[in-house]
Amino acid sequence: MKPQSVSSVGVNAKALRKDEQRERLLLFGLSFPALLIVLLVIVVPVGWLFWLSLFNDAGALSTYNYSRMLESKSYLRIFKTTFNVSFLTTLICVLIGYPLAYFLSQISRRWAALGLIAVLLPFWTSLLVRTYAWLVVLQRKGLVNQWGIELGWWETPLRLVHNLNGTLIGMAHIMLPFLVLPLYGSMRSIDFDYIKAAANLGANPTKAFWYVFFPLSLPGLLAGMTVVFVLCLGFFVTPAVLGGGKVIMVSMKIETLIDLFFNFGTASALGVVLLVLTLGVLFIAHKLVSLDKVLGSGDGV
Amino acid sequence: MKHQIIRKACSGILALGIAAAGQSVLAGGEVTVASWGGSYQAAQSKALFQPVAEAMGITIREESYKGIGQVRTKVAAGAVPWDIIDTGSGGGARGCAEDILIDLDYNMIDVSNFVTDTYLSCCVGTIVFATVPAWNTETYGMNGPKSWADFWDVDKFPGTRSIRGKMHGMLEPALMADGVPIGEVYNVLDSEAGINRALDKIRELKPHVAVWWGSGAQHAQLMKDGEVDMATGWNGRFDVAKADGAKVAYTYNGALQDYDCFAIPKGAPNAELAMKVIAEMSKAEHQANIPQYITYGPTNSDAYKTGKIDAALSKNLPSHPDNAKSMLPVNQEWYAKWEKKASEMYQDMMTE
Repeated sequence: MKPQSVSSVGVNAKALRKDEQRERLLLFGLSFPALLIVLLVIVVPVGWLFWLSLFNDAGALSTYNYSRMLESKSYLRIFKTTFNVSFLTTLICVLIGYPLAYFLSQISRRWAALGLIAVLLPFWTSLLVRTYAWLVVLQRKGLVNQWGIELGWWETPLRLVHNLNGTLIGMAHIMLPFLVLPLYGSMRSIDFDYIKAAANLGANPTKAFWYVFFPLSLPGLLAGMTVVFVLCLGFFVTPAVLGGGKVIMVSMKIETLIDLFFNFGTASALGVVLLVLTLGVLFIAHKLVSLDKVLGSGDGV
Repeated sequence: MKHQIIRKACSGILALGIAAAGQSVLAGGEVTVASWGGSYQAAQSKALFQPVAEAMGITIREESYKGIGQVRTKVAAGAVPWDIIDTGSGGGARGCAEDILIDLDYNMIDVSNFVTDTYLSCCVGTIVFATVPAWNTETYGMNGPKSWADFWDVDKFPGTRSIRGKMHGMLEPALMADGVPIGEVYNVLDSEAGINRALDKIRELKPHVAVWWGSGAQHAQLMKDGEVDMATGWNGRFDVAKADGAKVAYTYNGALQDYDCFAIPKGAPNAELAMKVIAEMSKAEHQANIPQYITYGPTNSDAYKTGKIDAALSKNLPSHPDNAKSMLPVNQEWYAKWEKKASEMYQDMMTE
């Protein structure tokens, strides 16, 4: 009786292992096309980019493209601008997006759905159209300035566009959904009984929010912030149109290098440095909150 | 089931074949032209592309692009979507030197009556234009800046400026504003110190630069919207904006005279037909149409003999002798020698 059962367990284990192997193979087979595409359109070109960045203008192997970036002040300024714009855009998105997501998470699901549609609506319009629309609204004789002056709020037109202000307004508008969506998901999944328990234990609403709700919403917030920040780092259209030539970000410098100088080496080096810095940001975010949550829906409580 | 799939596949292949055959018939009579967009291309379309397409019984498709840099990238990638490009003479000269444009057949294209120095081995002139200082007539009335020195003078003419986000056509005005006589500009610019002198003059104006413009359509729009009080830019664009209601005027004094030319990129899909189209577009009768739509002068001087350009119109063109005498013709040799260095220095100045 006994030996038999042992052997039957062994047989089962073997079958199970075989099953598992088959399933793993099947899964691999199913994901193979996607992996192949990733390899072909991402890994190979990025590798090639890196390879190109190792050659100087004369085509010899050198670190010139990288050392140049450290020596030339303009490259440092461009990286500074890029991070500055990305940081400020993220900050604005948090300031606007957090209360919005909080509000949406507190109302009934039906109304929240309507609110989310309003958040998502801009996605249905082309990015270029939205960017140019801001130009019309914000320029010297645009809607905002005209109304402001006619209502007597200010006398000389405010400089709202063709500078950092315009860039931030346009980018925050475009990036807001990327913050609100993961944050909303994260807030929805917070069990409200915790807040009730806090109240029960004597916390006033403010305390209950800061000590219970806010920490629980952090993973979603960090996820949204990371996505916004990383997307901002590579932004091109909005700063190019609304920055008036004064907000020069890395992606714009890359375009100039190719278009004006046909310098793939330096352009590639810039791309590589930006990529490394972006991965750095993702790594730090990963240290703060698991990367799955950052890249997933973010509802990780 | 299987039969059905095969039948469907067959009919699909058949349809593709028919489509391909149709395509090849069309391809025999189709070229794609890339130009600079905005009011200039709209004028070209009405004055050149449509009449020429009609005269030759072909289709001319239009696209907009950003200049020779894009052609260079496309040729290097081996994927050239354009048969004909409209480029500034500088871009043309570089294209010739870099071997990304094919040599034009001047047996086919008649340049015997062209204005001197308006064609290159691989790029044939189409219009003469000028880079001018323009001002908002609502801000300054008709007494706007009369020179580049005035353009730089923010005490005499307080207000915002827009200048180009590239050094092309910016360093010469800066030197003239700094007191360099028009005939000496390229001599002074012929050294790094000279370029720095021009850049320092631009640094001086920088706090008043509201927008660094990136395209002709943009500088026309900026003036039309009243976004800036003064802008450098291409004369014809300002005239079209003015006809469209913009409060804008400009002066030819100290303006930079230059020309645009047509070229065929290496690897153009319909290069042979493109050559014929360029030959047709270079004829006086077609060139004479352009000034009707935008104030750019023809490069084929026979265009004036067609009777299409009357005296009043001709007086406004940048190619008119009365206007041309106060202008500085753009020196392509200087650009060939200094473009890269000066561009880098200019870009650095912009990020300061």
